Formats: sequence, C-alpha cells, structure tokens
Amino acid sequence: MKVEQISIFIENKSGRLAEITRILGEAAINIRALSLADTSDFGILRLIVNEAEQAKLVLKEKGFTVNKTEVVAVEVPDQPGGLSAILQVLDREQINVEYMYAFVERCGGNAVIIFRFDEIDKAIAALTSNGIKILEGERLYGM
Amino acid sequence: MATYFNEEFETLPRAVLEALQLKRLQMTLERVCHHVPFYKRSFETANVRPDQLRSLDDVRRLPFTTKQDMRDSYPYGLFAAPMEDIVRIHASSGTTGKPTVVGYTRPDIETWSELMARSFVTAGVHKGDIIHNAYGYGLFTGGLGAHYGAEKLGASVIPISGGNTKRQIMIMQDFGSTVLTCTPSYSLYLAEEAQAEGLDMRTGKLRVGIFGAEPWSEAMRSEIEANLGLDAIDIYGLSEIMGPGVAIECIEAKQGLHIWEDHFIPEIINPETGEWVADGEKGELVITTITKQGIPLIRYRTRDITSITREQCVCGRTHARIARMSGRSDDMLIIRGVNVFPSQIESILVRVEGVEPHYLLIVDRKDNLDTLEVQVEVNEGIFSDEIKVLQALSRQIEKEIKDMLGVTCTVKLVEPKTIQRSEGKAKRVQDNRKL
Repeated sequence: MKVEQISIFIENKSGRLAEITRILGEAAINIRALSLADTSDFGILRLIVNEAEQAKLVLKEKGFTVNKTEVVAVEVPDQPGGLSAILQVLDREQINVEYMYAFVERCGGNAVIIFRFDEIDKAIAALTSNGIKILEGERLYGM
Repeated sequence: MATYFNEEFETLPRAVLEALQLKRLQMTLERVCHHVPFYKRSFETANVRPDQLRSLDDVRRLPFTTKQDMRDSYPYGLFAAPMEDIVRIHASSGTTGKPTVVGYTRPDIETWSELMARSFVTAGVHKGDIIHNAYGYGLFTGGLGAHYGAEKLGASVIPISGGNTKRQIMIMQDFGSTVLTCTPSYSLYLAEEAQAEGLDMRTGKLRVGIFGAEPWSEAMRSEIEANLGLDAIDIYGLSEIMGPGVAIECIEAKQGLHIWEDHFIPEIINPETGEWVADGEKGELVITTITKQGIPLIRYRTRDITSITREQCVCGRTHARIARMSGRSDDMLIIRGVNVFPSQIESILVRVEGVEPHYLLIVDRKDNLDTLEVQVEVNEGIFSDEIKVLQALSRQIEKEIKDMLGVTCTVKLVEPKTIQRSEGKAKRVQDNRKL
C-alpha cells in the first residue's frame, strides 16, 4: 500500500535540477512523479522513480544527500469534488497531511495524488475503510 | 602639557619602574606558588624557583599560561585568593562550551578602576565629562570595567550598555554626552542611524570616543573621526588579564597604546618558538600580572599580534607602548566585540547533528555591523523530506549559537561537499571584512 519516494536536498543555485535529472537519465532511471518544495535558500526535490534504491545510490555517489520515505498514492476520480471527498475523509479522521502533489500521468480515468502523512498506517486504514482506492507501489513504478 | 590621573606612577623613570616590576613580580610568584597548585607544578616542571629570579630578563625562564590551562582549571582552579575574598566574577569565551572565568578581590577592583580612570584621562577625558558607556554590562568586562573607571575619575557615567540604537541616539543627544565608549564598528553604526534620523553627530557634544574590544585600523579611525566629530582613541584589554584599561593610546600622540607597566609585564614573542622578538618587531603579546590577587597570571599568551616600543612618548608617560592589534595567532574571531572560537560553534553543531559537522563561518561587515553566516552541509542524519524540519533545524542552531555565544547569526544549509576540504587543517573561516 506504500510507495517509496526519494527526496534530495538542493541548494538554490542554477543547474542543480538539471544535474539530478541528467544523473538519473544516464542511469536509465525513469521519473514517475516529482514535486519541488523550496525556500529562499534551499529546496527539496521529491521523486517517485521506477528504481528508488538504485536512484538513491547513484545520486549519493555524486555527492547528493538523499533520503527515502514512504508515501501513499491515492486514485482520485477526475471530476469536480474528487479531491475534496478524500480530504474530507482525512479531516474527519483527524489525519494530518504533511504535503501532497499530483501525479503527472493519469491512471485510466482517474488522477493520482501522492500524500505524505506522519501517521501513514492510520491514514491508509482510514482511506481504505472509506472506499478510497490506494495504488500499489509496483503499479506506479511500472507505469 | 598632558594631564595625568596618577602622575607619579604614570611618569616613573624607567629604571624605577623596572625595579618596581621586579619586586612585584617576585611577590606575585610567591603568591601563586603558595596558593595555586597549577603554578607550583608548572614551576617545578620547568625547574624554576621564584627566589631564583634576579632580573626582569629572567621572566623568560617562566612557563607560559594558556587559555587551555584556564579551561583545565575551570572554574576556580587558578584563583589565588579564597572565595570569601572574591567580590566579582567575570567570564569570557572559552575555546569550547565552557567560558574562561576570572575573579577579582576588592583590591583588584580598586586597581582596575584606577587603571581605567588613568586610561580615561590618557584619552583626554576628565571630571565633568558625561560618558555614554555602550559596552555591554554583564559577564563581559567591558561595561562594568569602563563604568568603575568613570566613577573613580568622577565623571558622570550613563550605563546605557549595548543595543536599542534609536534610544541610544536620543539619550546621547538629550543628556549631552561628551564621551562615547563602545566598539569602533558600533560607533559608525550609531552615526549612520543618527543620520537616518536627521541628526548630525558631528555637531553634537561628543568630544572623545574610546573604542576597543575588536580590531580596527587607521582608516577606520579617520572615518570615525570624520563622521562623529571626535578624537577616536584605541583601548586594549582582556578579561583574563583584567578587562578594559590594560593599555590605551594617549590623545597627545595616538601612536601606540601605553600598557600600565606598574601592574603588567608585557613581552612580545615569536608565537612559534616562544622566544622574544626585538622591540618594534611583530609578535604575540604575552602579559604577566604583577599586582592581581584574585587570579594572577604568569606569562599569559594573549594570542594578540602586536609590537612594542619603550621609546619616550610626547605625553610624558614612561610606560611602553604596544601597537594597534594586527591579528591573532589563533583562530579566534571577534564579531561585534564578542570573542568567538570556531570550535565553540563546532561543539554546538556536533550536539545538534550528532556527527562531525562540515561547516564554514563567513564573517562580513555590512553597514558597519558584523554579520556571521554559518554554512552547514546537510548530511543524511539531519536531512528530511519536509521543509519545516530543516527550517526548524536552522533556527535551532541559530538559537543555540545566540544562547551560548551571544552572537546573532544566520544558518545556511548547503549541499554536501560544497565546503572546501583542505589538506590537514580544515578551513573553517572566511573573513570578508576589510578594516
């Protein structure tokens, strides 16, 4: 039920993003989804890739600081109010969303949203018991 | 014709002065041998007996005292007086988490007040002056040292301490301050802030500024004198030896700082070999206190680089003069008048990160105020995928540095390996200040 995400520390200076994508490209690693959070000084690049462990390895070799975290990929009906229904479930169950971002690809007629929770197991239980579809990691990596 | 606070002692013929120094040195050595186990041991190790000391030249045979020795004796191990005789305790930055502690007996405070009063008069200050004392009051010796000297002299002292610049300007203006005591960089900052408020400090009543606690230059003196309309005087001191008032320039010459030799024996050594260098040559200043009771120090390595001259001065004082401090023989930084050792910041980073940190301290001066940026490489141990966690970490480091050292800094998180590695000793400091 969980998806592996790698996050990379980057300073706010030109060319860093290009450098990371070049390293991943040369290692034949495919990026499935990404989000960039930034402050005036630094940013955190979060990636879902087809080979998380391998991606972490090659980036570390090039001197980057890389962490692996678990996130949840949720299928969202691609219609008005689709995301709202999910967020209402989380609100009702008092589950805090640390951050979230939308998947770039589509899965059938649905969109995919990546959620980062503090209490990941509680979140998964709440979502599934409310009939919300969670995507398996394997399916996501292989998309 | 110069005026003096204590004409007899300030103008002692050198032969008399040196005889007095020898006598006082012998008494001090007796004192520390009896009351400070550290000195008893270190003299034994160096195979010297105080009663063998026949001339001032023999001071060379005595072992040095270092800041590390003070740390090893933390907090009171080097005190030569019982605690019931100690009336004041001050402290300054140590090289790691623990400060360097000094204690004063009542006669020590009396001596310090007199030397500071002498220093004021030497700088052209007299009874009737209103002294705006913007040195920090507290564990730092600057505020209270200048304060007691001002009272001893009989001048009016305003204990304004540091900070709150707008209020400082208003009080200086309204109270008619004639003398300003603070760090040289802060005086320029004051002038600039006053100007922003539409006030011209040059037309105020300020006559003399006594500036110390950080290195400065002749160029800065010209700038300060032009912007504030006063005589800018360089003062030197360090808490280990006493505090402010160890040495000061005379207003007549502004050519070197008279060090009060009836209380201190200065030497200039080659910091590598420990041997004396000739008068006029640069080296590290070493000071022996010869009247202190609370914590007498024998051949204390100040780590300040200067030179000495014993030539007669136009002001008539016979005490030797040391040149403006031109650097350090260790890695201590002075940031807004606060002594900072990179190792202190390193120990905070080790505690926060739990590992050996890679860091770089970047010191700069912007609008006459020193700035400190601490660059810290983000390793896996402290990295998080959440922005707020990293921001909280930066703030925590900033707060701990502020709490421990009293210095405001900004922490910048940087990628691994962006801080230059060098062979052997890591480069920890980049000082961009141009004095």
